[in-house]
Amino acid sequence: MSIFNFFRATPRASAVQAKERLQIVMAHERAGRSGPDYLPMLQQELLAVIAKYVNIDENKVEVKLDRGGDCSTLEVNIELPAREQAKAAAAAKATEKPAGNDVGAAKRPAGGAVGNGGAKKRI
Amino acid sequence: MSKIIVMTSGKGGVGKTTSSAAFATGLALRGFKTVVIDFDVGLRNLDLVMGCERRVVFDFINVINGEAKLNQALIKDKRIENLYILPTSQTRDKDALTREGVEKVLNELSKDFDYILCDSPAGIERGALMSLYFADHAIIVTNPEVSSVRDSDRILGVLNSRSRRAEQGLEPVTQQLLLTRYDPERVEKGEMLKVDDVLEILAIPLLGVIPESQAVLRASNVGMPVILDEVSNAGLAYSDAVGRFLGEDIEHRFVTPQKKGLFSRLLRRSA
Repeated sequence: MSIFNFFRATPRASAVQAKERLQIVMAHERAGRSGPDYLPMLQQELLAVIAKYVNIDENKVEVKLDRGGDCSTLEVNIELPAREQAKAAAAAKATEKPAGNDVGAAKRPAGGAVGNGGAKKRI
Repeated sequence: MSKIIVMTSGKGGVGKTTSSAAFATGLALRGFKTVVIDFDVGLRNLDLVMGCERRVVFDFINVINGEAKLNQALIKDKRIENLYILPTSQTRDKDALTREGVEKVLNELSKDFDYILCDSPAGIERGALMSLYFADHAIIVTNPEVSSVRDSDRILGVLNSRSRRAEQGLEPVTQQLLLTRYDPERVEKGEMLKVDDVLEILAIPLLGVIPESQAVLRASNVGMPVILDEVSNAGLAYSDAVGRFLGEDIEHRFVTPQKKGLFSRLLRRSA
């Protein structure tokens, strides 16, 4: 048996991948168990702050999260409406799409710190 | 108008989530825009089986509670066009599922999707009831084993009395059997219930027989629906079942023991 195994090319056993995936997802879950689910609140507060200055469409807010072993990234994309003048111009030129100023992208490490002894900053 | 399918069984551990992931992927592969929803609040696992666990931001319960928009909670599959996952909450409990909330989300999804597949939790409590209430079609996942068959019969009773279609006196929910973890060799030895035995007892049409296969564990290890393993018997059997669901006439495979060559017999004996 061992001779067969020796010659078999195993790129990465699926069980190894299973263990790694579990370790990552469970580290995050255990870390988050004590506190409340902060993402909905974070989103609401962020939106409230931005809404003080610009009118934003709640449907044009995109929140992405990628949980990693050492570091997670939280990405918030808020599409800002074109200015009033630009809007009028865009309305006149129906073919031209009102430029969605994609200024809101912000990356920061999230979560990761607790399970893994310090998050690296990726920025 | 989309069709709502519930993958249910009564008993736990028979392969509902594996089957939901495979079936949703199969429908999307055939060009239907499909979303698969995890109804197992507090014990979510569909995200792991689909391999998107690192990308969950908002969930089904956030959408029901108005804490996030539906399109923020939907996760687009990275491999397959037309396939979306709606994960559930890992921290809340099943009471978060209200009938009105579920209905609102399903109505919104049905504007966009061809198929909505609801992955039911085990049991006949709130989560399971909510997952089957709005269904047009039910796929009953059953193992050829006494407790699983009995529990499947129980859930068929629930479908016939407590679904929306039953309560409103509409055309009943269609019911089809998906027999999983089937081992033809043990059946031949008389150690396992035959397909026909199960069909005789449950008396519903057969959608497919998924053979016991090592590919299922391998696929879940890496977060890939097993239907994408196109060389495995289980993957092929799921693909056939999806075809049958869509009305194709496909013969059942993998229901009799596969003939073994001399070489594999010798190897097996020595192993």
